[in-house]
Amino acid sequence: MTETSTNSSVAPEWSDMPVQTRNERFASAQPEDFPEISARQLEWRLSPIDALGALAEGELDGGRYDVTVTGATHEWVPMATVAGKAGLPEDRISARAWSTTVDALHIRVDGEGDPVVLDRELDGIRAAHLVLEFTANTHRSVIIRNTGTVALAENVEIIAHDGSNARVMNLNEWDSTALHAASHFVRVDKSAHVDHILISLGGAVQRVNPAITLAGTGSSIESYGLYFADHGRHIEHQVFVHHKAAQTKSNVLYKGALHGKGTRTVWVGDVLIGPDATGTDSYEANRNLILSDGARADSIPNLEIETGDIAGAGHASATGRLDDEHLFYLQARGITEAEARRLVALGFLVEIVGRIGIPDLEERLTEILAQVLDAVEETA
Amino acid sequence: MSTLQIIDLHVSINTDQGVKPILKGVTLTISSGETHAIMGPNGSGKSTLAYTIAGHPRYTVDSGQILLDGVDVLAMTVDERARAGLFLAMQYPVEIPGVSVSNFLRTAKTAVTGEAPSLRTWVKDVKTAMTNLKMDATFAERNVNEGFSGGEKKRHEIVQMELLAPKFAVLDETDSGLDVDALKIVSEGVNRVRENTGFGVLLITHYTRILRYIRPDFVHVFVDGRIAEEGGPELADRLEDEGYDRYAVAAP
Repeated sequence: MTETSTNSSVAPEWSDMPVQTRNERFASAQPEDFPEISARQLEWRLSPIDALGALAEGELDGGRYDVTVTGATHEWVPMATVAGKAGLPEDRISARAWSTTVDALHIRVDGEGDPVVLDRELDGIRAAHLVLEFTANTHRSVIIRNTGTVALAENVEIIAHDGSNARVMNLNEWDSTALHAASHFVRVDKSAHVDHILISLGGAVQRVNPAITLAGTGSSIESYGLYFADHGRHIEHQVFVHHKAAQTKSNVLYKGALHGKGTRTVWVGDVLIGPDATGTDSYEANRNLILSDGARADSIPNLEIETGDIAGAGHASATGRLDDEHLFYLQARGITEAEARRLVALGFLVEIVGRIGIPDLEERLTEILAQVLDAVEETA
Repeated sequence: MSTLQIIDLHVSINTDQGVKPILKGVTLTISSGETHAIMGPNGSGKSTLAYTIAGHPRYTVDSGQILLDGVDVLAMTVDERARAGLFLAMQYPVEIPGVSVSNFLRTAKTAVTGEAPSLRTWVKDVKTAMTNLKMDATFAERNVNEGFSGGEKKRHEIVQMELLAPKFAVLDETDSGLDVDALKIVSEGVNRVRENTGFGVLLITHYTRILRYIRPDFVHVFVDGRIAEEGGPELADRLEDEGYDRYAVAAP
C-alpha cells in the first residue's frame, strides 16, 4: 500500500469534546450514570448508533449460556465476587452489560501446556462477562472463538499476574447479522507480558475496545488486530494503552482491509504515559487497505505523555489502496490482475497472522482470509 | 524461432507540464538467439522502451506497433504479455510485503505455463536457479524483494527469468548498482539461459561494462527517443572510448 497516502480520519469536533486526558474519562458500572448514547459523545461519534439499538436500549439476557472450555477449569461465579479487577465500563453499553450479567464466566489459567480453547456459539440478545485470570508465572495461551447470530454486549477482563506470559487470541467469526459491542479490560502486573490479538471477521457491527493497563513495573503488551469488513459492515476498535508503571512497554498494530459501498472501519488508538511511567517505550500503528470505492476507514492515533523521561513513543497511521507498482510487478510475471490483487491484499493482512504464534490457527486463518479475498475478487 | 518486432514506435507520458513525447519512432527487430544492446545517455528513452514492451500503464503508445511472432503485443494486458513469453528484468524491483518468494515464483510459473509445476521437480528447479545466482535458499521464505540489497534484487530478477524461460527478455539496466562480482554472476545467468533456451535478449544499459560479460550481436544507440546509430559489438567499444558526446543534440 502507499505509505504516503493520507489517512481519512475525520477532523475532531473539538467543540463537542470535554478537555480531558484519557484517564480522566468517566467510568462506572451503572448505566444510568451515562447519558443516552448520541453521536455528540466522543466515544460514540464514529459508531453506527442506530444499528446498535438492541444493545443500547432493549432488554439484555444476562444469564448463563452454553460454552465449551478445554484445557482449563471454568466456573460461573456471581459478578460481585470477580468483576472489576482490570477495569470499569467507560460507556453505556459496557455498563449495561456489567449491570445485567448475573454470573461471570471465570477461567483460571495456570501452568504451561496447550492453549486453553473457549468455544461458543451465541444467539439472542445478551450480556456477558468473562474473566481470564493468568496466575503468577503462568505461560499459556487462550483462544476465544465466537460464532453465531447474537447481539452481544460483553465485558472481558484479562488479568496477568506477576511474571506471567499470557496470550489471548480472540477470533470473532460472527454470522453476518451479529452485533458485538465489547470492552476488553487488560491488567498487566509486575514483569508480566500479554499478547492480545483480536481478529474481527463477519458480523453486521463489531465494536470491540481493548483498554490495557500496564499496572506493574516492567510489564508489557503486544496488541494486534486484524479486521476485514465488506458488505457495508462496521468494524470498530478503540484501543487504549495506559502506561501506569515504570519500565513498561507497549506495541500496538492493527491492520484492516475494507471492501464495498458503505463499509466502514474505525480505529482509535490512545496511548497514555502517566507521570510515574518513566523509562517506557510505546508504539502504535494502524494500516488500512481500501479495496473498492465507497468504503471508509477512520484512523485516529493519540498520544499523551505526562512524564519527561521516556525511552520512546511513536505512532503511525496509513490508509490507502493497493499499490499499482506491486500489481504491475506481479502481472509482469504472468499473474492475472485479480490474482495479483488477492496476493498483495493477503500479504498485507498476513503480517498480523504471523504474530499469532499458534501454527494451526495461523494456517486456518490464512485460508479464511484467502477465501474472503477470493470472494472480493469474484464480485469485482 | 521467434521474432519480436518494434515498428515506428511513438510513446509519450503524462506529466504535470502536459504530455511529453519520449519515443519518437523506434524500429527494431530481435530474433531468438540474438542479443541486442540498447545504449544511450540518461533520458534518451531506453527504460521507456522496456516498460512499454512490458505494458506499464504510465506509458501511452501514440503510434507504431509491437509484434511477437506477428501477434499484436500492444493489445495484450501486462500479464498476457508475460504469458506470451516476454520478460522484463526491472531496474527497481519493488518489495511486496507478506508475499513469499517461493509462493510468488510458484504462482508466476503456474500462470506462465498454464499448469502448476510438479512439486518435486519445482523445488529442485528453484533451488538450482537460486544456487546458480548465488542466492541462499533462505531467500525463498522471505518476502518478495523485502530487505534485499540492490544486488540481491537484481539476482532475484535473473532467478525469475531462468525459471520462467521467456522467449524474449528485456534487461533494464540490470547492471546498475552491481559490483563486479555480482555483475559476473548476473551475466553468467543471462548467458546460461541464452545457451539453454536460445531466447532473445534486449539489454538496456548506460555503460559498456556489462557487454564484456554478455557479448551483444547488435548495438543500438538511443538518443532523444530515436536510434541514432546501429552496429555490431565494435560500436560498443567505440562508445567506451568516445562516450555519447558526439550524439549530443542541441538543447531545445
